[in-house]
Amino acid sequence: MSDKRLVYMDNQATTRVDPRVVEAMLPWFSEKYGNAASRNHAFGWEAEKAVEAARRTLAEGIGAGPRELIFTSGSTEANNLAILGAARMYRERGRHLVTCATEHKAVLDPMLALQARGWEVTVLGVDADGMIDLDELRAALRDDTVLVSIMHGNNEVGTIHPVAEIGAICHERGVLYHCDATQTVGKEDLDVERDGIDLLSFSAHKIYGPKGVGALYVRRRRPRVRLEPIVYGGGHERGFRSGTLNVPGIVGFARALELCLEDRAGEQARIAALRDRLQERLLGELDYVHLNGHPERRLACNLNLSFEFVEGESLLMGLDGVAVSSGSACTSASLEPSHVLRAMGRGDDLAHSSIRFSLGRFNTEEEVDYVAERTIAAVRRLREMSPLYEMALEGIDLNKVEWNRH
Amino acid sequence: MAYSDKVIDHYEHPRNVGSLDKDSPEVGTGVVGAPECGDVMKLQIQVENGVIVDAKFKTFGCGSAIASSSLATEWLKGRSLDEATEIKNSDIAQELALPPVKIHCSVLAEDAIKQAIEDYRRKQQQRQEAEQE
Ligand SMILES: Cc1ncc(COP(=O)(O)O)c(C=O)c1O
Repeated sequence: MSDKRLVYMDNQATTRVDPRVVEAMLPWFSEKYGNAASRNHAFGWEAEKAVEAARRTLAEGIGAGPRELIFTSGSTEANNLAILGAARMYRERGRHLVTCATEHKAVLDPMLALQARGWEVTVLGVDADGMIDLDELRAALRDDTVLVSIMHGNNEVGTIHPVAEIGAICHERGVLYHCDATQTVGKEDLDVERDGIDLLSFSAHKIYGPKGVGALYVRRRRPRVRLEPIVYGGGHERGFRSGTLNVPGIVGFARALELCLEDRAGEQARIAALRDRLQERLLGELDYVHLNGHPERRLACNLNLSFEFVEGESLLMGLDGVAVSSGSACTSASLEPSHVLRAMGRGDDLAHSSIRFSLGRFNTEEEVDYVAERTIAAVRRLREMSPLYEMALEGIDLNKVEWNRH
Repeated sequence: MAYSDKVIDHYEHPRNVGSLDKDSPEVGTGVVGAPECGDVMKLQIQVENGVIVDAKFKTFGCGSAIASSSLATEWLKGRSLDEATEIKNSDIAQELALPPVKIHCSVLAEDAIKQAIEDYRRKQQQRQEAEQE
């Protein structure tokens, strides 16, 4: 196994830290190691200055003001702070929340936690492409709805929701709109002001920055959003989130976003071209392959395919050395197939057969060709071994077979 | 998840992949699992004078499922039907060093063996009944 070359195509899970980001971070470990909250010496002042410069860069990158950004440990925490914080702060106004079935667990789980404590949660379904229906959203809003949480780009299938329209619908009814934009900040065109977003989560490690640092945008004007903290302590981040700031992480986060925005459209076009090349090769040379996600309104980096009659984990094993991920139950801790593919009405059989390729800044055309060849060879080999493929070739309708379930 | 060397070996060099004529009276076929559960195993045996002379499998499933069925076919060849029923899932799991979450793969393989033997015996019985008439 070890003689096979390594290719990383799992950029929606995390990204390689850009060397230019590492370079920007380095001084903040052992040279300039002050605590940004130390108000009485130069070590603290220089750290604070760096944090505030980073805050300005990051805020500007999403169309926000610097006083509207709260640093967190990542998007999981930002989502929790947005949802738990807003629900608890506005509990007197109402106890109804709206989200959708394809959200990341870092949104769905805090929603479920609130549901267990007396809140009502409406989970909107999605169509076969993973898109919510805006009329369903309108119909779901009630007088006691306080928060809608609908993501921008989906982490599994890449479908991009129309955030500006969602923002407008929420604001018409005076409902707060939280958007998990972990997969789109620095990649898609996004502006919290223009798009009517009140709370927005994003994370450094998805944009070639370090792990363990993220931010929550919290709108300060029209409306001014307040949150009950989920972490109490020294009152950092204006009391929204206590804890000593991760100065090197924050510096790296800002540098990472800066690099993404330097040539956002150009980089995304290059990545989309690589993705399209991979998609064309795989769909051109293999039959019984299904595209998961919206055919057009999709993240440039994402290619999620179901290779019918082949189980995802066995395919990952056949691709050893190539880092991709699968929606198969066998690869998840919960042993459940992907909740996203399920919500899209993909049968569990196709969920078990799904592979997500996600491309990024450091992938090359040559890597795409290599991964395409490896995938085609592995799928063909596994289909030769698959009783389902054999049955399909014999003309048997697999949906009509009486299976011996376990 | 890290796989044991034996699972990797069976995955990369599966023994006895293929199909036997499922309509032959000498062949017993077992098909267990379901596509929506992520595993389907087809295991076939060819029997002569009460001894399994050939065994084949095809599996849709993870590497551990492929390895479990591949190992099962290896162990079946040369055994009498009664000896074949003695193959237990725990032996397969142990041989392949399957982690707890993959034990069900070995259970499927044991069930596939049992079904294949049952199918063969049913065919033999039908043949005997047909001869007696
Ligand atoms: C859409 C989405 N939300 C939230 C998260 C969690 O982000 P983090 O790893 O920064 O906690 C991720 C990444 O796994 C994601 O893709």
